[in-house]
Amino acid sequence: MTAALRFDPIRLPPECEQLRKEVRAFLAEEIAAGTFDPHKPQREDSDNPEFSKRVGERGWLGMTWPKKYGGHERSFLERYVVTEEMRVANAPVRRFFVADRQSGPVLLKYAPEHIKMDILPRICRGEVCFSIGMSEPNSGSDLFAAKTKATKTDGGWLINGSKIWTTSAHMADYMIAIFRTSAPTKENRRHGLTQFLVNMKTPGITVNPIAQITGQYEFNEVVFTDHFVPDDHMLGEIDSAWKQATSELAYERSGPERFLETYYVLTELVRAVGPKPDTRSAEGIGRLVAQLHTMRRMSVSVAGMLQAGKEPVVEASIVKDIGTIWEQQLPHRVRELAAFVDDNASNHATLDEMLGFAIKTAPKLTIQGGTTEVLRGIIARGLGLR
Amino acid sequence: MTDADNIVAETAERIFADLADAQTINHDKNGSWKAPLWQALTDAGLPLSWVPEECDGSGISMAEGFSVLSVAGRAGVAVPLAETMLAGWLLAQAQIKSPEGMMTVAPASPRDHLMRNADGTITGRARGVPFAKDAKYIAVVASGIGGASIALVDASTCRIETGLGLADDPSDTVHFDTVKPVTLQSAPSGFDQNALLLMGALVRSQQIAGALETMLGIGVNYSGERVAFEKKISKFQAVQHNLAKLAGETSAALAAASSAADAFSSGAPLDDALFLEAAAAKIRCSEAAEKGAAIAHQVLGAIGFTQEHILHRYTLRALAWRDDFGSESYWAVELGKLVAARGADELWPLVASR
Repeated sequence: MTAALRFDPIRLPPECEQLRKEVRAFLAEEIAAGTFDPHKPQREDSDNPEFSKRVGERGWLGMTWPKKYGGHERSFLERYVVTEEMRVANAPVRRFFVADRQSGPVLLKYAPEHIKMDILPRICRGEVCFSIGMSEPNSGSDLFAAKTKATKTDGGWLINGSKIWTTSAHMADYMIAIFRTSAPTKENRRHGLTQFLVNMKTPGITVNPIAQITGQYEFNEVVFTDHFVPDDHMLGEIDSAWKQATSELAYERSGPERFLETYYVLTELVRAVGPKPDTRSAEGIGRLVAQLHTMRRMSVSVAGMLQAGKEPVVEASIVKDIGTIWEQQLPHRVRELAAFVDDNASNHATLDEMLGFAIKTAPKLTIQGGTTEVLRGIIARGLGLR
Repeated sequence: MTDADNIVAETAERIFADLADAQTINHDKNGSWKAPLWQALTDAGLPLSWVPEECDGSGISMAEGFSVLSVAGRAGVAVPLAETMLAGWLLAQAQIKSPEGMMTVAPASPRDHLMRNADGTITGRARGVPFAKDAKYIAVVASGIGGASIALVDASTCRIETGLGLADDPSDTVHFDTVKPVTLQSAPSGFDQNALLLMGALVRSQQIAGALETMLGIGVNYSGERVAFEKKISKFQAVQHNLAKLAGETSAALAAASSAADAFSSGAPLDDALFLEAAAAKIRCSEAAEKGAAIAHQVLGAIGFTQEHILHRYTLRALAWRDDFGSESYWAVELGKLVAARGADELWPLVASR
């Protein structure tokens, strides 16, 4: 065999079941209190600092991190349960999600101790929001073509240039960004970029919101003009961001958020067809549920491998490739299956509204966090083709 | 997988490597490879993997047995190993001892139902029974007054209309014209034809996932050898992306099949969650077979469309296996009905149940 793909049948351990009950009860309370409406996914992006703090109080942020940084030293599989329950409920996770999934782990690995002690406990308390500065006006998928420059100055670096499509930058306290510290070399075009921690509340940063086709303003243009970043905010090795990027990807790419983004339309379809569906609806729902189940098993399997200290980069890319295409197609399949649903179905209006939003959301799902084309390149490399 | 699983799977791998080389089989017109292969599999106790020692089997665990099926799928071999394993498993449900020799099971399709008459004879027709013409015995589930029965039937007492599946493997219609079984016992409470079909679906899912692994291997290797437009075709992005999709379909099949096998091996009760595992495995593996086989053929071009090349041994078998023990359409309708009956708010708890 050329390619040994591994998807071990990982099961969530028993402690996850108690945790799942607690998360469901918490979300039910929040819904009852009017914090959010599970039937309004379009509001999922709205900022909710109080909700974030309550999630932090429950101990559900920084779950896998060391206790000395405010973390809870629990497993990736327990974190998995919290993530999927929040996502399925359409809870407003935007404020803390990136910090918890991605930025915190980067800081844990590369930030100096005093910064870890300062920021990580605040992430765990749900107090800070992070954004990720990768794409630029002239470099998106081609990450290592980034040009925004960090120039050495006394005690730190001066940043000039701009990032774009930066999700949550308008509400973020910090950004983890890559900036150019040297020119690429002939041997390695990925050389010369360095990862930095940016305090968004300091001078020299302008954030311009960009309207999306959904009508939301999730992403932004971020312009840096002589923005000062202190020396101790450099993360990891100079000029070597490319070495640090790859292992992060397995965490970013394989979670339940990579196939559950439009899940709500499937629930509503099941409600609309009622307890005795015709053959066409039954087959359609059956196939979608089988596909969903399979993706979740793949995703849980990758989480289990991460927990075991492996770096399943290819498997994680496969989960994101298949998962995002599925969640992108889901509203269209649901639309077809709902074509003959009785107009008098009790949730007809809700389903229509959800479908409208999900169909508008769909195009971004295979672009954000690594396009389908980039993912397939990574998978092909894993197969030994490149 | 534990080390013990690996030993059983490695034994199977070695036997297939030694006695079922795909090139040799593909050129062997008279099937002379079959008898030595079957003998070696039998000597290793693999056909009766799932039969406990007290029923004259090898007493290999469920998990080990599934790993054998995965190896068999990768080998794409046309001997009734999976069918004999399934038959032995079925007979063991009613503590019926397994005889020696090739076996198969009936019914193999949800459209067919066999009846047990008051005098203990069996009546009915079973279509699409794999390898019935090669089998010495058929293990049967039949329903009758008082519940289902499991029976061991001598194949020579049945009328068999031979047929061929997509991959030219036997797929026969078996007529039970008031056939008197060799042994007949009551099925355990709750066990019926559906339980056999679910297990059959799982068996086929393992084999399909295995065949997809081989298709991926063949596709990747070929793309690294074949030169077109002055470079290896593996260097073309379109080919890379197609193979990445094949890897994705293979992964989905592996994940679905191994999860379902694991769930069944753990001895969990046949509840909605276990039904989801088995049905989803058959549905998703069948979908992967269609998409995966198409890509493998596309990568290999005309050479993969020849009898001469071994690719069809895996692609056609994976496609054929979709139809056995309930097609993906059948299981999707059943799963969809179950999901609808549970209601919208019970869908996520079902999906997230393990």
